[in-house]
Amino acid sequence: MLSCYRILDLTDEKGFLCGKVLGDLGADVIKIEKPGGDDSRRRGPFFHDIPDPEKSLYWFAYNSNKRGITLNIESSDGKELFKELMKTADVVIESSALGYMDHLGLGYSILHETNPKVVLTSITPFGREGPYKDYKGPDIVVHALSGLMYRIGDRDRPPLAPSYSHAHLIGAIFGAIGTLIALYHRHSTGRGQWVDASTQQGLVFASSVEFQAVWALYKEIQKRTGGNSQTLQIKGGKKISHPLLWRCKDGRISFNLTLGPSGEKGNKALAEWMKKEGFDPGFLGHLDWKKMDWSNIEKEEIEEIFQIIAKFFLQHTKSELFEASLKMGFHIGPILTFEEMLKFPQHIQREFWIDIEHPELGTTITYPGGFSKMTGGTCGIRRRAPLIGEHNMAVYEEELGISRKDLIDLKQRRII
Amino acid sequence: MESPRPFEGKKVIDLCWSGVGVFVQNFLGYYGGTIVRVESSIRPDPIRAYPPFAPTYSKDEHPGLERSAYFSITHPVKEFGLLLNFNHPKAIELFKKLVTWADIVCESFTGGQMEKWGLGYDDLKKIKEDIIMFRTCGYGHTGFLASQPGFGQTLSSVAGLNSITGWPDRPSIPIVPFYSDLLSPLFGALALLTAVDYHHRTGLGQCIDHSQVEASVNYLTPIILDYVVNGREFTTTGNRIAFAAPHGAYPCKGNDRWVAIAVSTDDEWVSFCKVIGKPDWTRDKKFSTLTLRIKNIDELDQLVGEWTTYYTAEQVMAMMQTAGVPAGVVENAQDQAEDPQLKHYEFFRELDHPYVGKLNYYHPPAFKLSDCPAELGRPVLLGEHTEYVCTQILGLSDEEFVQLLQEGVFE
Repeated sequence: MLSCYRILDLTDEKGFLCGKVLGDLGADVIKIEKPGGDDSRRRGPFFHDIPDPEKSLYWFAYNSNKRGITLNIESSDGKELFKELMKTADVVIESSALGYMDHLGLGYSILHETNPKVVLTSITPFGREGPYKDYKGPDIVVHALSGLMYRIGDRDRPPLAPSYSHAHLIGAIFGAIGTLIALYHRHSTGRGQWVDASTQQGLVFASSVEFQAVWALYKEIQKRTGGNSQTLQIKGGKKISHPLLWRCKDGRISFNLTLGPSGEKGNKALAEWMKKEGFDPGFLGHLDWKKMDWSNIEKEEIEEIFQIIAKFFLQHTKSELFEASLKMGFHIGPILTFEEMLKFPQHIQREFWIDIEHPELGTTITYPGGFSKMTGGTCGIRRRAPLIGEHNMAVYEEELGISRKDLIDLKQRRII
Repeated sequence: MESPRPFEGKKVIDLCWSGVGVFVQNFLGYYGGTIVRVESSIRPDPIRAYPPFAPTYSKDEHPGLERSAYFSITHPVKEFGLLLNFNHPKAIELFKKLVTWADIVCESFTGGQMEKWGLGYDDLKKIKEDIIMFRTCGYGHTGFLASQPGFGQTLSSVAGLNSITGWPDRPSIPIVPFYSDLLSPLFGALALLTAVDYHHRTGLGQCIDHSQVEASVNYLTPIILDYVVNGREFTTTGNRIAFAAPHGAYPCKGNDRWVAIAVSTDDEWVSFCKVIGKPDWTRDKKFSTLTLRIKNIDELDQLVGEWTTYYTAEQVMAMMQTAGVPAGVVENAQDQAEDPQLKHYEFFRELDHPYVGKLNYYHPPAFKLSDCPAELGRPVLLGEHTEYVCTQILGLSDEEFVQLLQEGVFE
């Protein structure tokens, strides 16, 4: 659906996902690496745990669908080649430190001069302007400055950042959204523009509801709550701790207790199920769920409800509880291991997982499928990430018309 | 001459309730789209009834449907509010009329609900051939879970998002209670914006089937591949990672104040040692290389944590970042509201609201377009523009409107 757009991708891990998702939607994304390969190919995990630049699973994950060329844009010959590529490009994506592109003579004004239609998308930890613009922002630092980290974790330990670093994925995906809006704007203006995406702001988007609401309303600072609960405001402005993950026989589940009319059917069925199993549901058996809502419930009442339910869940497995919830209409989400996720019947029925050929590894690898199903075209992975310089010939020789002799010279001069 | 805003003239019907959908279509609202939000007062959007509420009501009054901070903070663009009671056949008829006006219909009901009303994609296409329909639900619109309701809280577990944060000796914990509600719509927005662009170029509409779980799983691809290829399930490691040390949150002067520090390169280590006044650590047999620092991480963390307590988090951040060492204040809500970087971008903005007053937690998306600022608008009230939409957009006469009102169509 986006196959009419050509995108030059100069990013490192901070921006990979931006080009990747635009590629999922059909754009021709050319990943430009330095000769010898991108540094981020050193990032694990690796295929069969073999640390090799052609075996980084991180690289595989977020460079699929892209074509790959090598180019030393720090050399003067490299810059000229890049400007040639620029002539047919619609978008340039970059995630370098502030000033790097200007230093190379490839800043926005130069790019815009070369091709006024081009959209430049910069994905950085804090944005291209402001007091933090030069700050370094690895995952944990952006998490800290986004407010998310302060509230994650236990009171007896320091605040926690996710063990799986993914802050920059969120900055990158905002970059991709901004890119599409800029491309659409181009239909009416005829001009490209600069998209300045900030990972910090992206994470604030994920924390503002939890954080800024109570700060703005009550000047109250939410603290770490042991991680596994959410503070809810109930009758008389009192606060209770709403558990998020509940233990069961073989793992943990999410359970979302819905009060009021929409929760009535499921909650009644849950209490009935308890009785059927010979489990005493206590006063749960005769509550008028329809009339209950968070703003009129008593602290003692809701805490007792939580206790009864928690005890009951311990007697059942994740799948028993999930299946029952589907039938009875209460809301449960089992914590799936990856093993379980790959076999999850809904994913199988929707043919979510996609096997992709990796001929040089002599195997196929199963990838998560597209993030949406669209009747207008394919959305999702079509081919594996490029090898180092895999499309040099296709791009330089066939598209730019550079002779074989010149290509050999460029190679020897370490330009490509 | 001022150029038109990107989505000027694009007409959107918003049927989305709860989370997710709103974050998708907000992007159209920020940049010039015209959105009519269709709600019902018989079965109101549960987010409107979700705490915390602005404390602008008296003790014996119910907070009502206009005071939820969750609703207002997530609806920061201008929308027209229309009440329609879909149990009434004339409401369905009016809705169909609205579809002839619209370019895009967004909905987030459980799978099959729109079909029950006779408003599935095939039905809408008959009304308007090139309509774009964006549909989001928990598990997607096909498969045996299509009609299951989805909640970010439960779907985050199914999607694996509740398994990636935690201490190695304690169970994993959620990042925010409904993380998938926030992460999956960013993918949904890409799909919708692509459909809008594709329509501009080809004149073709389409239907987007967005599954919250499937989109969320796309954030975890590297660790899923690690399982697929190496059979390794992800395990949490607290704040420690394999390629940086020190790497964590360290206590600072004050009550519950912390700074995050991450040192990965040798240059950063040399600078770090200089800042804390221990240049000899670069030659210390326990800390001179990254491998040694990771091996002796407990002792290193202890020593770093002793040094940081003499300074405020802001001081440590400034000293470290000036020396080229990554560090950041672990910001709480107040820090976030006062963050100089966010202020520079005017990230949090004030809007006035008849029920909650002036608050400054509304914000644009996490990017800035050089030629086109995002526009914010006060959250729409339930059915605020019912009469306007009926008479000005749908062309009903005043008499017709009053008649339908008495019949209970606008409830």
